[in-house]
Order: sequence, then structure tokens, then C-alpha cells
Amino acid sequence: MIHTRNLPFVTTLGIFVIAYALCVLQFPNMLSTRVIGNLLTDNAFLGIAAVGMTFVILSGGIDLSIGSVIAFTSVFVAVLVGSLGVHPLIAFAAVLVISTLFGSLMGAMIRYLGIPPFVVTLAGMFLARGAAYLISTESVPISHEMIDAIQGFYFRFPGGGRLTALAMLMLLVFIVGAFIAARTRFGANVYAIGGSQQSAELMGVPVGSTTVGIYALSGFLSGLAGIAYTLYTSSGYSLATVGVELDAIAAVVIGGTLLTGGVGLVAGTFIGILIQGLIQTYIVFDGTLSSWWTKIVIGILLFVFIVLQRGIIWYSNRRLAEGRLKEI
Amino acid sequence: MSDKNSLLEARGIGKAFLGITALDGVDLTLERGEIHALLGENGAGKSTLIKILTGVYSRDHGTMRLEGAEVTPSSVAEAQGLGIGTVYQEVNLLENLTVAENLFLGRQPRRFGLIDRGEMRRRSKTLLERYGLDIDVDALLSSYSVAVRQIVAIARAVDLSGKVLVLDEPTASLDAHEVEMLFAVLRRLREEGLGIIIITHFLNQVYAVADRVTVLRNGRLVGTRKLAELPRLELISMMLGRELQHITREHQAQEETVISAAEAPIRFSGYGKRGSVAPFDLDIRPGEVVGVAGLLGSGRTETAFLLFGIDRADSGTATVDNREVALSSPEAAIASGFGFCPEERKTDGIIGDFSVADNIALAVQARQGWAKPISSREKAALAENFIKSLDIRPADADRQMKFLSGGNQQKAILARWLATEPRLLILDEPTRGIDIGAHAEILKMIEKLCADGMSLVVISSELEELTAIAHRVIVLSDRKHIAELKGDQVTADNIMQAIATRTEAA
Repeated sequence: MIHTRNLPFVTTLGIFVIAYALCVLQFPNMLSTRVIGNLLTDNAFLGIAAVGMTFVILSGGIDLSIGSVIAFTSVFVAVLVGSLGVHPLIAFAAVLVISTLFGSLMGAMIRYLGIPPFVVTLAGMFLARGAAYLISTESVPISHEMIDAIQGFYFRFPGGGRLTALAMLMLLVFIVGAFIAARTRFGANVYAIGGSQQSAELMGVPVGSTTVGIYALSGFLSGLAGIAYTLYTSSGYSLATVGVELDAIAAVVIGGTLLTGGVGLVAGTFIGILIQGLIQTYIVFDGTLSSWWTKIVIGILLFVFIVLQRGIIWYSNRRLAEGRLKEI
Repeated sequence: MSDKNSLLEARGIGKAFLGITALDGVDLTLERGEIHALLGENGAGKSTLIKILTGVYSRDHGTMRLEGAEVTPSSVAEAQGLGIGTVYQEVNLLENLTVAENLFLGRQPRRFGLIDRGEMRRRSKTLLERYGLDIDVDALLSSYSVAVRQIVAIARAVDLSGKVLVLDEPTASLDAHEVEMLFAVLRRLREEGLGIIIITHFLNQVYAVADRVTVLRNGRLVGTRKLAELPRLELISMMLGRELQHITREHQAQEETVISAAEAPIRFSGYGKRGSVAPFDLDIRPGEVVGVAGLLGSGRTETAFLLFGIDRADSGTATVDNREVALSSPEAAIASGFGFCPEERKTDGIIGDFSVADNIALAVQARQGWAKPISSREKAALAENFIKSLDIRPADADRQMKFLSGGNQQKAILARWLATEPRLLILDEPTRGIDIGAHAEILKMIEKLCADGMSLVVISSELEELTAIAHRVIVLSDRKHIAELKGDQVTADNIMQAIATRTEAA
């Protein structure tokens, strides 16, 4: 039996399977490990960032700074490694620390100054983008033997597809993220805050440290996504990844997470990412469609899911009312 | 540890907010194995006292001893750790989580650092079995009735704390059967030696379940008494500080003959909405109070929503003065001269940040249309008029609505609709959550309004209230209008009889 709270996830999964089947009917080549491998690699940085966004939205918040933090990270890494010759590992560690601190600071402002997440992370978005411009307005190429090694590393699927290091990183982030959400006290606290911050507080949930933790996690994953993006493009560019936070939000919502918080699954976000990637792949295969069709289809899907979520709330309220009638 | 010590002993508790004294030297002693009721009108300081005991507020004065040792809990979590658990009326558990997740939030059993869901499920099952609940603990809390949620909340609080259980208005949204279920649980916990403090507005329930009662008034202690030795009238006068004025049905019999002879100007026939309320007929005459009775979920509020156009009827017609009207929205209903005071005052009724005057002027403004704003002088005159006639306190038209007590908020909402001079006013639970003094005033106001020729539809779960004021009572059950009681038939017994007969037949 499917619990109603898993219904959005099951629907998303169903839509993905049907959509993929339809695509394969038209272009049988789409059912190849090559396509799947590329899909995972191309969306790796978005997927990593979307895991952080999932936690933020589950807690009832929003993080608009993700795209800017990714751009900042990629420029920062590119300048450190490409121009200043710092070892990539040191550069990676440095940006992860910076982005995590940046996220914690935003979380602390949201919690302790009582400023809405939308406003705080909007400020964070401008700040990180500005800092990226400050470092460099040029596209900075990056080349280092370790980076080449990471880029060249992959497992070969039967059928010629490649599971790249980036794709593996994303899958790892999703698996760890799903574990944190479902099986740790931190994860349980995130759902609790998303359900009702006031109730969570009265039930003894450490709302302060959890909120800071959520935005720190989102900051950390944005930094990691930035590293993935740098590896993916072999460069850093401050104008890149504008609006990626919105793609991440779309993936989270299509994945069945309620924008109001408290309900959703990390696995759903993964499907959300796959659906976005599938649409892009279809457009490439078709060859005649404008790439803007991706946005149109995502827009339609978002509408469908918001309506679906309303419908589920309506349905469960009705069932509850019927249950009460029976008791009387 | 000496057994001579009381379980919880608070002495001389004082608290002030921004210079205004909320509590002044209040004592409370709770014994082991006792259910202790805490009573008082709105604003008496019950909530403040509870919040001090449970660590939400810090106290300014006084001492607090738990089993003889002085304690000063500075947070809910700390109070829980000491053994004091709380169940609040509304802000309760998390509906988006499962029953098991709610029970073990913050203290989940873990294996290798990860939450052990199997263990959590087993322990939840065992825990709830002690309370006579055999439910699917992996289902969402929101899929269960309020009573079950309440018991889950109690189970959590007791399991967490284990010495003192504080219940703030636990029965406010439960029906009679559910209340009995809850009380059975409380009695069992009492036998296990727990000390229970319960806040409630319902005196019947106080006598049914509590051993002793402490009464507060205006932030001061009036007294602590054993209920077995305390007559009801004396308890009420402790709460009010004055003799309760009885509400009688004077002159009503004589009016009724006049009323029923008159042709009804407002008629609903075959009016209904699928899935909400089955089609019903209802005639409403001037100067008449029509009561609506039924259990929770019987379709009371749904009927009000239909009459006021919040829900659209899908069958039947509504006629006002022999002209058919389409009540497709509250706006249309207001245009026909209807007014509606909803049940959820805080969420549906008031705008807390607006002043009293603005809140009162709202409906008049809506009726005039937004293009013709009411001048501030008119608004002030309107507010002054109603503050005087309804005795709204404090008599300050510019005060923000959220700072008024529940009873005064309700009066202000009444004023809002009275200002539009409606011919039909629908009141959904007009006295819920209101202290006894304001209660009587509002009932009197209702009588006066109908004497002035206004028609009223009053929905209430308190049968005594309905029988006191209504000329006729419509009884609902199972989302159907099942009976109409008139004149001498209007008694609490008859209403319950009607519901019971219907339930047996179903």
C-alpha cells in the first residue's frame, strides 16, 4: 500500500518511467548506457546542489544563493589552481570551508535575527556573485595533472557508457543525503522544523543549531557543486550558473517535496534531476526543437506537481473528515 | 528523598510583562497521584503560570520545588529532563511525521549512529498499548482523529518526563466520547502516581476528573479546594468574584406564537451541497434565534458556510423577501443582509495587527465597496458607539486587536457585523474559549438583538447555551438535518435524544 505522503514521489517516478519509455519508442538509441552516463555527468553539479536545496526546502526555507556560490567557487578554484598554482586539494578544501561558513552565517541570520530565508539568501546571492566578479570577470582556464586525472577517470558500462568521477560524486552525495534525511536525528529535526517550527521547538528540537546546520549543509554542497562544475568545464567563470538555484528548486518540487516544508524525499530530487536531464537529452536527439523547450516542459511539470500536491492535501483532509464521521 | 514533600510546590510565583503584572504571588501544590484543575477566566494568569512551570517563561519572584529540591527550568527541554511534561491544546505534535516519529523525536533509538526504525516502531507499539491504542504507528499523525493525537501527545510527554503532566485545554476540540477516552487515560496515569495539572473551561469535566482545583483571578490566587467539598455555584463565584447571573427564557413563550405566525422572509429550500450537507429546508423569521446542534463533524459549520455563501450550494434555492438570491460568495450574502462570525476567531475572524476601530469598520467598508472609503471620523464614531454598547474592554479604539482578550475580540467581531445592520447574523460557536463573564454577556446580547428584530442562526456545541437562547433548534447528524425542535421541545435531553436515535438507526 502506498502511503499518501509517498504519493508525489511515486507519481514522479511513474512520470519518469513513462516519459523515458516514450522517448525510447521514438529514439531507441536513448536506451543506452552512453546516454545515461552522459545524463548523470552533465547534471552532476546541479544534482549535488539540489540535495542541499532539498534539506532547505524540507525545513520550510529557501536558498537563493546556490548559483552564485557555485560561480564563486569555480572562479576561486580556477584562480587559485590555474593562476596561482595552488594544489587543487588545498583549493578544494579552502572553498568548501568558505562556502560552509557562508551557509552557516546565512542560517544564523535567519534563525537569530528572524529574517526570512528568502531575504537573507537573496542578499547572499548578490554577495557571492559580486565576490566572484571581484576575483575575475574573465573565464579562467584551469589545468593540473590531478584535475586531468579526475576528469579522465571513469568506469565503463557494458554498451560503451561511462560512469565518470563526477557522476559517482553526485550519486554518493544523493546516497549520503538520503541517509542523513531518513536515518539521523538531524534529518528528523529537519522534517520536524518543516512541519511546524513552533511545535518542533516545544518538543525540544534544537531549532537553532539545526537551522544553522541546514544552511551550512546547503553551502557546503553548493561549494562541492562548484568544484564539480569547475571539473566539468575545466574553467571558472563568474557569469556562469546564473539561475541554477531555480533549476534546483524545480528538481526538488518535481521530486515531490512540498514547498511549504515537512514532506519529501531526497530520492525524489534525484528523479527530478533525471527528468530535467531526460528532457534535455530528448531535445538533443530531436535536433529541431529549441533548447527553451526544456524550460517550457519544466514549467508545465511544476504546475502539474503543485496542483497534485494541493489535490493530495484536499484528499487526505476529506478522508480524515470521513473517518471522523464513521467514529460518530 | 522524603515522602512528606509534595511532588511539585510553587510558592509566591510572580511575573510581569513590560511592567504589567501577570502573576502576583501565586502558590500551587501538586501531590503524587493527583489530578489538579487550574481554573480562571481569560487573563487570570493560568497560561502564564503553566509556562513558568514548564520552562517557557522565567519567573520574576517565588520558588519552585520538585520533590523537595529547588528547580528553575529555563527551557522546555530542561523541564522535560526534570520530569515536567506538557501537552498543549493546539500547537501539539507534528502532523507531517508518523506516530512513531512523533513519539521519539529527539530521542530516537539508534544503531551504529543511525536511527533504528524497526526498534522505534516496536517501542511505539508497546508504549501506545499501555494507553489502549492499537494503531499503525507508521501512518502519518494527520491521519488520526484529534483524540488519538492528544493521547499520542500525552504518551510522549509521560514517557519523556514521568513525574508531572501539564495539560492545557486538552478537551477543547474533542466530542463527549473522546473526552471520556482521554479521562480514562488520565485516571490510569493518576493511579500510577503521576501528578497531573489540567486547564479547562468545562466545569463538568473538572468535576468528572479532578481531585482538587486551584482558582486564579487577575493574576492572583483565589484559593485551592477539594472538589468533593466544593459546590458548583461556589466554584463559579470563586472564578468570577461575583454571583453568576442566570440566563432565563423570559417572555419567550409569548413571542413564539407571534413569530411562527409571521411569514418567513428568509427561506432556504432543498438547500445542500454534495459531500458537505444533505439538502435541507430552513425558514428564518425576524426576531428569531435558530439554534444548530450536533456533534463535531455533523455538518454544523458546513451549514453555516452554505448559508453565508462560503461554500456554494449545488441544490435548492435561497429566497429573501420572495426574491430568489444566488449566494455564490460571502460578498453576495453580505449584499442580501447576512453576517457571519466564524468559529476560528483567531484565524478567520480578526486581523490582529489592525486596531479595534479598523476591525469593526471592515464589514461596513466591504458593504460600501472599496471605492468609497470610510472617513476616520466615521470610523471613530462607529467604534466608540460599539465599544460603549457592547462594553468592549479596554475601551480604546486604537488598541491593536491582538492585545484584547478572547471575549472582547468576540465582541468586536460582533460589532463589525452589527455595524452593517444585518437582518440575519450567523454565529458559529460564539462563546468558545471565552470566560464565563463574557459568555453571559454575549448570550444576553444575542437575546437583545433578536428582540430588536434581527434573525440569528447560532451554532453551538454547548447544549445549555442553545436551549437558553434558541426559539428553535435544528439538530444535525451525519451531515443531515435530522430534527427540528420548537418551543417547549427545546431541551438538552431532546437534542441528545434526537442525535442518539439517529445514530442507533444508522
